Amino acid sequence: MTTGTAAITTTELVRRSIEGRRFSPVNALIAFTLLFTLLSSVVILVTLLVDTIAAALPVFATRGFSFITSSLSPRAEAAGIWQGIMGSLALTGFVIAVAFPLGVAAAVYLEEYAPDNRLTRFLNANIRNLAGVPSIVYGILGLFLFVEVFMRGMLGASEGIAGRNVVAGGLTLAVLVLPIMIITTSEALRAVPSGLREASLAVGATRWETIRHHVLPVAVPAILTGSVLTIARAFGESAPLLLAGAQLSLFFTVASDSSFYDLMLTQPYTALPIIVFNFARQPQAEFVALTAASIVVLLVMLLSVNAAAVLARDRYERRYR
Amino acid sequence: MATVDDQRDISIDLTGDVRRRRRESLVKATFFAAAAVSILISVAIVIALIGKAWAFVSSIELSQLWADGWFPRRGRFQLAALIVHTLMVTGIAMVVAVPFGLGSAVYLSEYARSGVRRVLKPTLEILAGIPSVVLGFFALQFITPNIVRGMFPGAQSANFLAAGIAVGILTIPLVASVSEDAMRAVPSSLREASYGLGAKRWHTALRVVFPAAISGIIAAVILGISRAIGETMVVALAAGLNGIMTFNPTEGGLTMTGAIANLAVGSDQVAGDVAAFQSLFFVGLVLFIFTLALNILSGRMVRRYRQRY
Repeated sequence: MTTGTAAITTTELVRRSIEGRRFSPVNALIAFTLLFTLLSSVVILVTLLVDTIAAALPVFATRGFSFITSSLSPRAEAAGIWQGIMGSLALTGFVIAVAFPLGVAAAVYLEEYAPDNRLTRFLNANIRNLAGVPSIVYGILGLFLFVEVFMRGMLGASEGIAGRNVVAGGLTLAVLVLPIMIITTSEALRAVPSGLREASLAVGATRWETIRHHVLPVAVPAILTGSVLTIARAFGESAPLLLAGAQLSLFFTVASDSSFYDLMLTQPYTALPIIVFNFARQPQAEFVALTAASIVVLLVMLLSVNAAAVLARDRYERRYR
Repeated sequence: MATVDDQRDISIDLTGDVRRRRRESLVKATFFAAAAVSILISVAIVIALIGKAWAFVSSIELSQLWADGWFPRRGRFQLAALIVHTLMVTGIAMVVAVPFGLGSAVYLSEYARSGVRRVLKPTLEILAGIPSVVLGFFALQFITPNIVRGMFPGAQSANFLAAGIAVGILTIPLVASVSEDAMRAVPSSLREASYGLGAKRWHTALRVVFPAAISGIIAAVILGISRAIGETMVVALAAGLNGIMTFNPTEGGLTMTGAIANLAVGSDQVAGDVAAFQSLFFVGLVLFIFTLALNILSGRMVRRYRQRY
């Protein structure tokens, strides 16, 4: 064996014994070209990170952490992103509270309970199509359903921010990621061997007992990894929030005596990716470095969570395959 | 000898505890309700889009849809301009995403050893996790000055080329992962047969596995197109605000998603029942129909290869 650790498939053995060790220039050229296309993504990723960090350095060098802990301001030298970080965390809280339980429950129904009939096939097709709907269309849904119908129509929030509050934004993002949450959880449940279910049912457990004690415990690592990646997607999402009501101005204040209820329903909010968008479209040159610095904070928060989830999954896959 | 009465007793025993059964059906009903929420969401999307789009169409004269350019506040709603610009960005994005996405997929599926795969595949996943607004900034600050202006020094600061390249970068991971799945689904007996007939590795990869997975690969490209059409933040930042129809990729202009974002950004001034703001729902409906049609088409293609193997 020449490769040592990596397992060799039958196909690879067949290929090697027939092809031998002869060098083929065409083979090498094509292999190189294909590898080049793959490595280009690595180069793009590195360029993007290096370019952004380089542009962001002056901000961190001169302002340090006060850039993170200050509020928004139209003056570039004083502007900070604290409101965006808080807003994004609040939005993420809604996504976890709404989309995670709903998504897991829906996936459990579709994988464990649903009979193979027309209704189930329709539900599955519908969820797949929802997963492909552009995020800005979810923004239109959020503007209509959560801002206009819920907040203005049912709760009568017509003054101030007129219902464009963090609850509406959070629900919009939750609805946006729900189909993806269902699909990743379904995949995790499908990977659980059916022998486990049959064994449990055969000794008299009900379906729910089987799911709770045998299926879910095995699927939990995969479900959590998928959910973390999905929630991270919501964290970086900005298009729907343009419509569902995040503040787009360079300056806004929250009344200092706001109760939790006010913060949720009557006070303006914004999100970190929205601040990035907002800084990026300012014509003044000082905002370029500020945009880059906000991106660095956004990416550090996002990629650390993402990387942890991907690494955890790879480790899990290696252990159980 | 068992009597009829005995048999009935046994059957009663097997049905089990009433409370346990009741809990069972309650749990099932709860889970079904969660799954049914997805239908409510679809219905709400359709109501939001069609209701408001209809209000828009009936409040304007249809000739306004063929006026010169997309200028909502001046009552000019040339949808064709938005569609042309969208297709231009999408076309450029596919020129980037298809070769790089498919090349990566062939390498990962047919060439990469498992160690290489374990290192390079997460890179694609990290690229997929970069928020689109970040790519929009990258397009403005890096792609336009360094790449687009390198080829076309006179390019506008917001242009379709930079936006298209950035959208293409965003689409590479999607195209790569869907087409890689399709190629890995090709049974290894096909590869072994090819090697057995003396074919080289490149011949097996490109002339045997690739054609065998073609329906899944087409599905990947269609999904990529759908994703590119619906991409918002990149074009909102990097494609410009010009409403006049242009076919020049070094100029900028509003796409469908760009027009929606632009209306939303200025929504404080035009909110309410005026036609300008409601045009947002009309464009949203057109966008929804485009992407839905493409997604359904791609779903059909995927089912085709799943059935075959």
